[in-house]
Amino acid sequence: MCGHCGCSGALHDEQDGSDWHVHADGTRHSHGHAHDHGHRHHDHDHGHDHHHHEHAAVIELETRILAKNDALAARNRAWFAGREMLALNLVSSPGAGKTTLLERTIRDLAGEFAIGVLEGDQATDLDRDRIRAAGAPAVQLNTGTGCHLEADMVARGLEQLRPAFGSVLLIENVGNLVCPAMFDLGERAKIVVLSVTEGDDKPAKYPHMFAAAELMLINKIDLLPHVDFSVERAIGCARAINPAMASLCLSARSGEGLAPWYDWLRREAKTARSAMTD
Amino acid sequence: MHELAITRNIVAIVGEAAQGRHVTRVTLEIGKLSGVMADAVAFCFDIVAAGTAASGAQLDIHEIDGRARCRDCGAEFAADTLFTPCPCGSRHCERLAGEELNVKALELEEAA
Repeated sequence: MCGHCGCSGALHDEQDGSDWHVHADGTRHSHGHAHDHGHRHHDHDHGHDHHHHEHAAVIELETRILAKNDALAARNRAWFAGREMLALNLVSSPGAGKTTLLERTIRDLAGEFAIGVLEGDQATDLDRDRIRAAGAPAVQLNTGTGCHLEADMVARGLEQLRPAFGSVLLIENVGNLVCPAMFDLGERAKIVVLSVTEGDDKPAKYPHMFAAAELMLINKIDLLPHVDFSVERAIGCARAINPAMASLCLSARSGEGLAPWYDWLRREAKTARSAMTD
Repeated sequence: MHELAITRNIVAIVGEAAQGRHVTRVTLEIGKLSGVMADAVAFCFDIVAAGTAASGAQLDIHEIDGRARCRDCGAEFAADTLFTPCPCGSRHCERLAGEELNVKALELEEAA
């Protein structure tokens, strides 16, 4: 029996010496609070005698923790569909080259379709200014201490950006291979950018992101002769987690390999335009 | 640390359901493949819950093991990671369990 809570079969979590207890069924709970299994919160006088557990009202909720974000993401998704827009969520570690890729894409596809950008960063308007200089409307979303964008931030950004009917919205998430994987923004797809300077084992190290993405863009391939990066190993690693993932190799700086990326964008933009008439 | 954002969502859900009553216990389901660390949620919970209906509430977390079904051979198997293949070698799998992120139940203090 657990001496702290009186539960039978409890094992103390020796790992961190914390207040956590782990039971045989996998349930864990803490005792670091004023309201543990004791009745200390009944030290005030109710004028009658009762026990907490006999009177406790239990509400069975079964609510998904991310329900609110997912509902807002669904609203964004419907908004995009109604405007026949293609919305993409670009994710990567910091410095993988997302902004450079967007600048290049905006310049190369100018006149072909309207592109709008939501720029996510913890701080500064630097990337918004780079995108505007490349010729596209952009709104900066600063997350402060936050490590990812959420659906409500995108909705607020859209109010400012007011993207055109049939346009392409590129959402550049905060540079982070962990947290943005969890949060649906209403995008058609997540695209993960992996640069060859980061190492070909990144998909194995950050599996959630590579499981969530539909397309992997391996960037900075102009640097391949100078780094120990195996494109084959990186793609193999990503496919072990996500067998359906497509991948393209390119260099936003040299322009090598951009044509298949633009073809992908054209195809998806066309699908978004025709989805309502089908 | 997306667990801070996750924990804020938990406390918001609890606060709405409690409708002003004091919460004494919160039960969560967190799948082992969900990408959310139960320990990190527990670490954030007391701080995020302070001053809310869930202030001081006990937190119970049910961690759920990963399970998957193979799309090629149909076998069901334990999946400890997102890239655990089927024993037959196939990676074309459908995840059946382990991605849960739910507020399962609340226990409320009886009004005096």
